[in-house]
Amino acid sequence: MQSSVLLLLLIGLMALAYQMGRRRSVRLVGGYGKVRELNSLPSYYGAYAAMWAGIPALLVYGLWLAIQGNVVSHWLVAELPPEIQQLPKAELALVVNDIKNLAAGSILSGHPEPYMQVAADHLHSLRQTGQAALAVVVLSLGIAGLVLARQTIRKDMRARTRVEQVIKVLLIISSTIAIFTTIGIVLSVLFESIRFFQAIPISDFLFGLQWSPQTAIRADQVGSSGAFGAVPLFAGTLLISGIAMFVAVPIGLMSAIYLSEYAGPKLRAMAKPTLEVLAGIPTVVYGFFAALTVAPFIRDSGALIGLDVSSESALAAGLVIGIMIIPFVSSLSDDVINAVPQAMRDGSYALGATRSETVRRVIIPAALPGIVGGVLLAVSRAIGETMIVVMAAGLTANLTANPLESVTTVTVQIVTLLVGDQEFDSPKTLAAFALGLMLFVTTLVLNVVALHVVRKYREQYE
Amino acid sequence: MTNTLADAARITEEAKQADAQGDSHKKALGEDFRTVGRIRVDKPRMRCTEVNVFYGQNHAIKGVSLDIGANEVIAMIGPSGCGKSTFLRSLNRMNDTIEGCRIEGEILLDDQDIYDKKLDVVPLRARVGMVFQKPNPFPKSIYENIAYGPRIHGIAATRTALDEIVETSLRKAGLWEEVKDRLDKPGTGLSGGQQQRLCIARAIAVAPEVILMDEPCSALDPIATAKVEELIDELRANYTIAIVTHSMQQAARVSQRTAYFHLGNLVEVGNTTQIFTNPRHKLTEDYITGRFG
Repeated sequence: MQSSVLLLLLIGLMALAYQMGRRRSVRLVGGYGKVRELNSLPSYYGAYAAMWAGIPALLVYGLWLAIQGNVVSHWLVAELPPEIQQLPKAELALVVNDIKNLAAGSILSGHPEPYMQVAADHLHSLRQTGQAALAVVVLSLGIAGLVLARQTIRKDMRARTRVEQVIKVLLIISSTIAIFTTIGIVLSVLFESIRFFQAIPISDFLFGLQWSPQTAIRADQVGSSGAFGAVPLFAGTLLISGIAMFVAVPIGLMSAIYLSEYAGPKLRAMAKPTLEVLAGIPTVVYGFFAALTVAPFIRDSGALIGLDVSSESALAAGLVIGIMIIPFVSSLSDDVINAVPQAMRDGSYALGATRSETVRRVIIPAALPGIVGGVLLAVSRAIGETMIVVMAAGLTANLTANPLESVTTVTVQIVTLLVGDQEFDSPKTLAAFALGLMLFVTTLVLNVVALHVVRKYREQYE
Repeated sequence: MTNTLADAARITEEAKQADAQGDSHKKALGEDFRTVGRIRVDKPRMRCTEVNVFYGQNHAIKGVSLDIGANEVIAMIGPSGCGKSTFLRSLNRMNDTIEGCRIEGEILLDDQDIYDKKLDVVPLRARVGMVFQKPNPFPKSIYENIAYGPRIHGIAATRTALDEIVETSLRKAGLWEEVKDRLDKPGTGLSGGQQQRLCIARAIAVAPEVILMDEPCSALDPIATAKVEELIDELRANYTIAIVTHSMQQAARVSQRTAYFHLGNLVEVGNTTQIFTNPRHKLTEDYITGRFG
């Protein structure tokens, strides 16, 4: 039986169990009019029965699928001729693989030997039996659960408590999945980074001033220095993020102040969503806007006043990233400014302060922690931005503070290191993990700071 | 405007007649909303004539005329939604900050129309300070809370002068002894009663002539309330105070004159003792005897 059919059957069984549980509970008290005599609502009894019909069967189903492959392989090997069983592990695995391919009707690595054909047939029958046994076991478990639930439903049974316990377990599992995924990502990056640091000393990586990740494949190859100093990358990231914040913070903050303190409700209702559209534009669109419009414009304007601006400049990328993150700053600041109690404004106005004095001396200081939180989130976005930088700032790892030159950032280098065919044992590729780890640590610290600041803000008007 | 002034004069005249005729009019007035009692005083600090306040379509204050005498405490009482807070807020143009609020009539502060288009609202609010229902200290230090007003009005030239203003204001508000050692601590860390006295000190710091108080004790416990009431009595020597309150005992304790508002109308005004012992309007009597409100 097909897996999908089996699952559909199981779902059908659960629906049936739900209906059965509901009806049974109602019948126990003698009609809908007396539902109050039940410990829980009839739907809880239905859910209780559905859980009994579904959950054990599903668990067995999952477990079965997880171990079936290994068990079947084990039995397959046991049936092979003794001389084949004596083969070293790696070769035996190859033979098993061949048999599996043969059973699936795929192309083999060599000519099939007679014992292989026998084994393939055996495998096929094993799998057939397995599927059938699985279907029988799962369905009978489901039915057994249904019957058990039907037997246990009583007037005073706490169906609601049990259903809610199961829901709680479900919630716990969901939340741990996210946590374990994060841990998994961090660990995988960490271990690859450790491999990288075995090849390249960590001090060279952290303090080296030269970034040139092309390593020589042959000893006599030229032009492949293989220097892994991350300083130029972090300097480039810093430069571009700095320019972006220089653009985004004043514009975002001032538009937030205007929208929350000065603009009328109609204008505000229109302007705020429009501003937030900026955040919805894909970064790749910003990227070619930066590369095709802003960068040439900066180059040409620079030429007019006699400045030598490269066509791919940190300035162009920084400006466009800055525009991209304006909505982060403005929208979050607008929210925290609005969260400042009206009583603060009244208090200030009643002392004869004007609107701008109130904004400057009362509202901004009161909202500052929240604003800082918003700005830090925007910084995280600016640091992590890749597409715009690839297109507008170039790939050259220059160590410079001049925004008119082309620079590169950490994220861009990670992309270039991992694009195309890779060998995952050279420092060149592993460097991407080390960079990723550094970036992760940086943004993590920023986020922790932002969260801390935001939490502090929350406590202010209790 | 002449018409409304004439109306006001008529109302005053009628009120005087009502004065003369005394109690006999009580029942006859019934649901009549024309003001009973003397609305004018000899030494007015603020003089309101035929003030109407609208929130959009809602007519919140209906033709109120009232004097607020110098160095007196006038209490404004009435059931919820009667417009007493709205009236109070129109005295220092705090209603300007509310969207869709419109004001008609004339409010004079020392013979100057505060709704005159040429008048700047900033010095007006420095002359007519306000204390709110809920203590609203800024999330700054105690010192900065007091120094805020003098700073924005440029009152103190030097740091020493500013220190002096802060100390005097806190002393006048009876808070100095409690906070002198922690002036740099946040004002939000004080207790509710202390916060409210801090807000009063903050209002005093800009040397106002009139202080408006909008239910200043409704968020305070009885002990803190007693302190604030004591303070109000002391402040009367130097300031004119208009206080809105829900507590009739409080109105009786702190004020010299009492005005009773009902559904946006000023129903009766008079000496506090007279209002509470011998109200002339049926509505006032009903309210203070607890028949509604």
